[in-house]
Amino acid sequence: MKEFLEGSLAIAEAVKLCKPGVVSAYPITPQTHIVEELASMVANGEMKAQCVNVESEHSAASVVLGGVAAGVRSYTATSSQGLLYMAEVVYNFAGLRLPIVMTVANRAISAPINIWNDQQDSICLRDAGWIQLYAETLQEAVDLHFIGYRLSEDKSIMLPVMVCMDGFILTHGIETIEIPPQELVDKFLPPYVPLYKLDVENPMTLGPLVDPDYYAETRYAIEETQKSVLDLLPKIMKEFNSVFGRSYNGLIEEYMVKDADRVIVAMGSVCGSVKDIVDELRAKGKKVGLLKVMSYRPFPAQAICDALKNVPRVAVLDRALSLGSFAPLSSEVRAAFYGKKKAPKSIGSYVIGLGGRDITKDSIKEVFSLMTKDKQTQFIDLKPELLKEKYE
Amino acid sequence: MFGPLVCKPGSSRNNKTGSWRIGLRPKFLKTNCIGCKMCALICPEDCISGEGKNTFDVDLAYCKGCGNCAVICPKKDIVMVKEEGVKE
Amino acid sequence: MSNRPLFNSGHTACAGCGQSLAARLVIEAAGPNTIIVNNTGCLEVFSTKYPETAWGVPFIHSLFENASAVASGVEQALIAQGKKETVNVIAQGGDGSSSDIGLQSFSGMLERGHDILYVCYDNEAYMNTGVQRSGLTPFDTNTTTSPVGKQSTGNWRPKKPIPEIAAAHGIPYVATASVGYPQDITRKVKKALSIKGPKYIQIHVPCPLGWRHETALTYDMGKLAVETGLYPLLECEFGKWTSRQIQPKPVEEYLKLQGRFKHLLNNPDALKQIQAIAESNIQKYNLKVQASA
Repeated sequence: MKEFLEGSLAIAEAVKLCKPGVVSAYPITPQTHIVEELASMVANGEMKAQCVNVESEHSAASVVLGGVAAGVRSYTATSSQGLLYMAEVVYNFAGLRLPIVMTVANRAISAPINIWNDQQDSICLRDAGWIQLYAETLQEAVDLHFIGYRLSEDKSIMLPVMVCMDGFILTHGIETIEIPPQELVDKFLPPYVPLYKLDVENPMTLGPLVDPDYYAETRYAIEETQKSVLDLLPKIMKEFNSVFGRSYNGLIEEYMVKDADRVIVAMGSVCGSVKDIVDELRAKGKKVGLLKVMSYRPFPAQAICDALKNVPRVAVLDRALSLGSFAPLSSEVRAAFYGKKKAPKSIGSYVIGLGGRDITKDSIKEVFSLMTKDKQTQFIDLKPELLKEKYE
Repeated sequence: MFGPLVCKPGSSRNNKTGSWRIGLRPKFLKTNCIGCKMCALICPEDCISGEGKNTFDVDLAYCKGCGNCAVICPKKDIVMVKEEGVKE
Repeated sequence: MSNRPLFNSGHTACAGCGQSLAARLVIEAAGPNTIIVNNTGCLEVFSTKYPETAWGVPFIHSLFENASAVASGVEQALIAQGKKETVNVIAQGGDGSSSDIGLQSFSGMLERGHDILYVCYDNEAYMNTGVQRSGLTPFDTNTTTSPVGKQSTGNWRPKKPIPEIAAAHGIPYVATASVGYPQDITRKVKKALSIKGPKYIQIHVPCPLGWRHETALTYDMGKLAVETGLYPLLECEFGKWTSRQIQPKPVEEYLKLQGRFKHLLNNPDALKQIQAIAESNIQKYNLKVQASA
């Protein structure tokens, strides 16, 4: 059923349809509306779940870890500082191979404190072993929750999933969204069947001390599982399409890339703006395109190479950075082409939209016209007058 | 693909901690034992068992030789003796 | 030993470890329908080293400070599955993980009113990492981060009053216990598990390695700590405090058997201070056996 909804409320609807048994989250802007809506649904009897109001994000993640370990589908959501605070639990989740979907309302990281959107938070935890899926639109954000649980709880995967949506832009934006009926969700998403769980009928020890003789293989196993997601996710997307009628590739989306001679690579809601500019420039005869990355982890290196190998000039937009080195997404796109015979002549790196600074049409057009061979990351829309502060 | 993650009950018994003893081990005299069960109760390794007077004894495969049983026995019916050189 | 040992032999605790004894008493009192959630610490490390586990019940270890929060999630999942009535949830940790780094999640668990028993194994320092002082390290104790030296007689702070802090949350049951009174541990665990709501038991567990006492004196150390008044055995049921009465012994009898207090033995002023702590406990908790009329 099509509803005109604020993003957070749509996410809450999606989570309700996934029927988690344990929900626990700690409020942090801009995720608050999701959690408030879920609490309200439980209070009104619309959703049957144990809602646990915890005293920190570290505990929120720990509560849902306990819930999943005891065999019940669980859910949490956070942002920025909260994600960093629960960072050790995040690693714990992946290491213990417990499935969950966590919504990350992407927000800049302190200091300085800034509540607006960029992707530094989730990118900061890209090494943790979670599957990371980035949404461009509210519909995608909603759908990625169903897909997330389906993927996460797959017996061959058992890895946690982060659904990343740009804070405020998507969480507080209002769009017309298709909220599917329960029957369709039940058709696509079966009940959670744990690989192992805390059960007095079948006792076992989870989370033992693992010494050098045993540790490396646990990590290798996660790495191999991440690789297998590259095959499984597109298959799950086909299933999704057959049930819901909406089609996603799962790893990437090519928007007018085929004959383009300049392509922007980006993740998240900025892709919508880039598509608008692509349309505008195409109407003027310019051969431009967008490659949207939806699955950041696992990183779809092969799919990106296949899509961009014949494109002469590429620019990667990063809404995050790795201070002291190359920006994250651009460095991984470049790494994907390492050793490949067919590769773009230039892959530029552009950092844009930090701390919620709007990415304007003009900025995107500027990137399309720049597309330099310069290796160094370039900052778009920087205000040089603010760099004149002196502290004695 | 998974890797080492879960341990099953009973697996610690593969670790014969009796090899830790460095000189003394308990000897159950089974003479004045009143069956109070204190030795079995307070053994940190849970390796003392018995049922009734003069039946209590230690599983030397796991005994670390701490000596608590000898100290606690109200009838001094457990003594710590030197290891005989032959390990069980 | 039982047919299905809930805490099996073969764990790698030190010889004479009070914590291994207490852990076994706790789980045997709780029974097989129990899920254990354990913080990082001695107990977790020596009882669950892959591929070996001493535990015959479901057990999970997550991180150093979050047993209370993970246990909260386990309890909620059991409620969601309609199983909570028949399954105990016990969250466990050492004094460091409970009173210091884990205090936040502990307080949260108590405040939310989960039906969970929290057991703190108090060996009075961060033993697993090498005997560093914790919030529950007693006054004047020699630890590696509160060492005795030319300008120090050891730890300069008293024990954090965690039982009182727990009781201040308004929970139905708080108790202290000691391996010197093993049947008392069993009684208190059984009593706690018969009450619905958050419960806290703090068990004094001597550590031969960290305290530097003879391995054979674990039980005696526990008893002496109680008998000197330095570790009162208390119960607080629905806000009403009771204590186990003692015939107080001088604190030297307890201190002299431990290397960590060796520096106090020829320091009469320091000994007076420790005795004063014991006297204060005796007064405050009404520990002294009253002479019959």
